Amino acid sequence: MLKTVDARGLSCPEPVILTRQLLSQTTEGNVQVIVDNNTAKENVTRTAESMGWKVVVQQDTDIILNLSK
Amino acid sequence: MRNKMLIVTTGGVVGLLGVLLVALGNPANMGYCIACFLRDISGALGLHRAAPVQYLRPEIIGLILGAFGSALASRDFRVVGGSNTLARFTLAFFGIIGMLVFLGCPLRMVYRLAGGDLNALVGFAGLIVGIAVGIMFLRHGYSLGRAIPQNKGAGYIFPIIAIILLSFLLIQPAFIFFSQEGPASMHAPIIISLAAGLLVGVLAQRSRLCMVGGIRDLIFFRDTHLLSGFVAMLVVATVGNLIVGNFNLGFEQQPIAHNDGLWNFLGMTLAGFAAILLGGCPLRQIISASEGNTDSVITVLGFMAGAAFAHNYGLAASGSGVPESGQIAVVIGLLVVLAIGVIGLQGSKALGGNVNAKDSRRSGSVMS
Repeated sequence: MLKTVDARGLSCPEPVILTRQLLSQTTEGNVQVIVDNNTAKENVTRTAESMGWKVVVQQDTDIILNLSK
Repeated sequence: MRNKMLIVTTGGVVGLLGVLLVALGNPANMGYCIACFLRDISGALGLHRAAPVQYLRPEIIGLILGAFGSALASRDFRVVGGSNTLARFTLAFFGIIGMLVFLGCPLRMVYRLAGGDLNALVGFAGLIVGIAVGIMFLRHGYSLGRAIPQNKGAGYIFPIIAIILLSFLLIQPAFIFFSQEGPASMHAPIIISLAAGLLVGVLAQRSRLCMVGGIRDLIFFRDTHLLSGFVAMLVVATVGNLIVGNFNLGFEQQPIAHNDGLWNFLGMTLAGFAAILLGGCPLRQIISASEGNTDSVITVLGFMAGAAFAHNYGLAASGSGVPESGQIAVVIGLLVVLAIGVIGLQGSKALGGNVNAKDSRRSGSVMS
């Protein structure tokens, strides 16, 4: 099952905290982070990339960040 | 890299404009103080009757309109709300009391440091402690819950209020109060203040500049991104003050400041703690409110109500020190913010916690 963080509607820095929480338990594979604003998108992307993950953004009503390592 | 340049540029511009606005008439070391200016706006609207601090600050009006325009242009305008609105109002209400006991928001703290006011260093230490305590709550799952999409029309209310305030500023009707003496009688020309506000509004919206966020991210995540804006502002404002001759190193005789170290420290501890639980500093809250976040609008109204209360009941400090009622208010504020922190922890648990949340629409969730 794909590991997912649903951080829609959460205040800064909660999306980053939740993403870090999951990434710290995951050494490699695919992780999906769902956010709903560009600030969270940028913060989560910066965090994931700093932890060595590759980020592909899929933007619709919500923003889905596909993380892989 | 582009984002890094943007935030450093924003910090630098805020630092530079702070020095210029003071040179053009704003009170010393108060180039762009959000807490002071919201207090002045509360006074201009008659919410408090402290005669020296009443003015419709165009910097704030510009900030709102600049950030609103920028958010529309960049598709960041999203109307949301419903994330524990009353808790946010209360955090803002007490947070600004802490700031008015210190005599400045985190932005003015940087301006004061850049002007050589060492009392601000004591406030800075208090701010760091407040942020560190707030981080402990975040670390243990504190959350005020999710904001959810709202009717789009609600997002226009805040910028419309800014336009109404701008018309009051230009027309100057009799029911608006304008200080004849004191800090709020000192101001740069309206057009320059407004232009400065618009510029910072656009830049802060694009860069997400946040004064407490910078320190929070450094302590919590070892991330220096937001902090780089903070540092750029401090460096540019310090150099600027040295050039224009507004740098005066010391604790004594500092403009619109007192040297009661304990209350400078605790005032900013309260401000930092409240700001972390809110998710950002007063500047960030105004920008977020302008981007359509109605919880942030209520937060800004909480700042204004707190400022009005602080001056109606003599809680705010002045150059001569901190009144006893202000000291009591800071202690009560710390207890109230602590209680909201605990409620945020329990709210998170009640909703399933942050991991494997049962109701992922309401609390933060990680599903694996």
